[in-house]
Amino acid sequence: MKHRALRLAAVGVAAVLTTFGVAVGNAVAKDKMVIAVPTFLTGGGAPAFGIPARNGTELIIQAINKGQVPAPYNTKGIAGAQVEAIIYDESGGGAKQVTEYRNKVQKLGVDMFAGFVSSGTCAAVTAVAEELKTLTLYSTCGTPRVFEELDKNPKYVFRTMSHATADGVSLAHYVASKYGSANGYTGINQNYAWGQDSWRDFDLAMKVLAPKIKGSTKGQWPKIFAGRYGAEISALLKSPEDLVHTSFWGGDLEAFIFQGLARGLFKKKQFLMSVAGTAAYRLGKKLPTGIVLGSRGPYGIYANQLIDTPMVKWFNNAYVNRYGTQPTQPSYQYAQAILGAKFAYEKAAAANGGKWPSTDQVIAALEGATFQGVATEVRMARSNGHQGVTDHAWGVASFDKELGLPVVSDVMHFKGDCIMPPDGMDSVTWLKGGMKGAKCD
Amino acid sequence: MSFDRTIIGVTIAVVLMACATFFIPDWVRQIGLLSMAIGSVALGLLVLWRTGLISFGHALFYGFSAYGVALLNHLGVRDAFVLVIVSAAASGLLAWGLGFLVRRYRAIFFALLTMAFSMILYGVLAKTERFGSTDGLNIHPPTFLGYAPVDQAAQITLFLFGLLVVYGLMLGVQIYLRSVLGQMTTAVRENEIRVEYLGYSVEHVIHIKYVISGLLAGFGGAIMALAVGQVDPESMAYWTASGEFVFVAILAGTGNVAAPFIGAVAFEIIRHFAWEHGANLWQLIMGGTLLAIIMFVPDGIWSVLQRLVRKKDGVK
Repeated sequence: MKHRALRLAAVGVAAVLTTFGVAVGNAVAKDKMVIAVPTFLTGGGAPAFGIPARNGTELIIQAINKGQVPAPYNTKGIAGAQVEAIIYDESGGGAKQVTEYRNKVQKLGVDMFAGFVSSGTCAAVTAVAEELKTLTLYSTCGTPRVFEELDKNPKYVFRTMSHATADGVSLAHYVASKYGSANGYTGINQNYAWGQDSWRDFDLAMKVLAPKIKGSTKGQWPKIFAGRYGAEISALLKSPEDLVHTSFWGGDLEAFIFQGLARGLFKKKQFLMSVAGTAAYRLGKKLPTGIVLGSRGPYGIYANQLIDTPMVKWFNNAYVNRYGTQPTQPSYQYAQAILGAKFAYEKAAAANGGKWPSTDQVIAALEGATFQGVATEVRMARSNGHQGVTDHAWGVASFDKELGLPVVSDVMHFKGDCIMPPDGMDSVTWLKGGMKGAKCD
Repeated sequence: MSFDRTIIGVTIAVVLMACATFFIPDWVRQIGLLSMAIGSVALGLLVLWRTGLISFGHALFYGFSAYGVALLNHLGVRDAFVLVIVSAAASGLLAWGLGFLVRRYRAIFFALLTMAFSMILYGVLAKTERFGSTDGLNIHPPTFLGYAPVDQAAQITLFLFGLLVVYGLMLGVQIYLRSVLGQMTTAVRENEIRVEYLGYSVEHVIHIKYVISGLLAGFGGAIMALAVGQVDPESMAYWTASGEFVFVAILAGTGNVAAPFIGAVAFEIIRHFAWEHGANLWQLIMGGTLLAIIMFVPDGIWSVLQRLVRKKDGVK
């Protein structure tokens, strides 16, 4: 009888060890560069964010390998090495993502990470990135908490665009100059970190920039992925305020727009939609005319329509030819992070006599540097040179029948230094203290 | 049969694992740690399952305990023993409180009621900014009775710590299942009325099971929190987490206290490779596996191992 138990235990252990043993041999060869690129490939974040992000990544990496990206990135590969991207799924929550991050480093031995859509994922993986000493460029995720609270002395973690506070502040600037006579604003935001932060930043910035326009305390807070907004739409229609702020995105945003359209919501209220840029091309003709629409910077619709540089022209053409649709905000942002990597590695390699640089050398090259993204210049000018400062743009959306595309008009541009807190200053403290030190010309 | 052969087998396996941990790559050790956490919760399900009760809400205790670790950690508690024991005990206490209600229900009502409670926890966590809202909370690396390892040593120590906890849990459950109270398990499943006539209170038996089960899930959540260093409502308290535990329990089978851990290792390995090689398809792979298990090995992996061993004995 005893032997049976022994044997059973042995079989179990042996099975476990063999499985692992077989798998150990899979590590990626080191003669090329490997970038792990997380984004939402499944679930609610995939259509609006994950897929455009993946497309933008594939496009830019293939072009980098062939040397087809316009100057200053017209050399082949990154510091001579061909690039392989491991694009993987960002869904499943922070804890799973920490595990995946570990796997990519400890098992596949990737050189670096570029990407991350969700603030939640960034908040989760920041600590493990520092622990595993792996260069990580956040392309999209917005929460200011990353460098203000979780990682005050970052070494391996960078973010290659302005954080979410810039969205709220620049929108408040836009509202103050375009809708100065409005009687007030209310909001509908998803009741989770992104929704809460977006509303807070916008609300605080409005108190500074347009104190006459009163904010409602009775904003709507539906659950994330709620999908049905009948009650909220009724409440908004009855609310006295002219303006409505929303940071809805993805499927929730599209569902809300369809349900609101049916009830004339967008004719009765002036909507301020902070990330509706991701939905613009998907909605096409159904995009409500006259909404203020954001792309978290001069990306997506703003770049496609308004920026005339060879870089944007090339990116837009290549993207449309390949995927049959216009690139949106995440496509630009992911490509921007990867260009940041190319910039940093090549600068470090040049300083290293043309030899492949160490991670520390790459970090030194990127800290505080300025590089050209696809649509905008990125200055790594906050949080010890780890937080990017990028410009912003806001405008009003409509559908152009001749072009067959949504377009923006009444566009205002904002400089990064006007909408981001100064270096060393915490976002909320800055907003509450009257946004001192903002450089707006 | 003076010695329980399960206990002998488990002891040998644990000792082997403890030795092996010094030689395996980091990512394998991480899979081991996650398997311990998920296995503990599945062990909790096994305790209920043997009575014919399925909980679709064990993420309640798992998440409650994981957040307990995170919050205690934020208050400055760093010792792994204190973190895990206090958090798991809190989960046990929660189970005791809820037990007064859920012990009256069976089958689908039991399953859905437990799920409802876990979704309440999810709602509270996701909406409370103090708990990090949907972003969750980070956890600083734990210390072990004053010993504060770093880098690889930290993971190895945690692995050994987890192994110790899991070993304790397996022994405890094995002893419980062999006690009179534990033997009531099957009796309750087969015929509640007869059990009552024998002089036992069925509700009482189920209540105790529920507390043990919640306690085990609490240990799982605490280990997970320490292993990952991050808690968030989606991974820890959403109903899909509960679904994963049920998945592991089905995969493993209820034959033995070691089964949930073997099932958990299998689950983590499948997920690991599915995620790596099927970025878009991993859910399909997981679902397909579950379907295949239910169709071809309804009693789980444990029954396969058992059959293998029996065959060999038969040849002799």
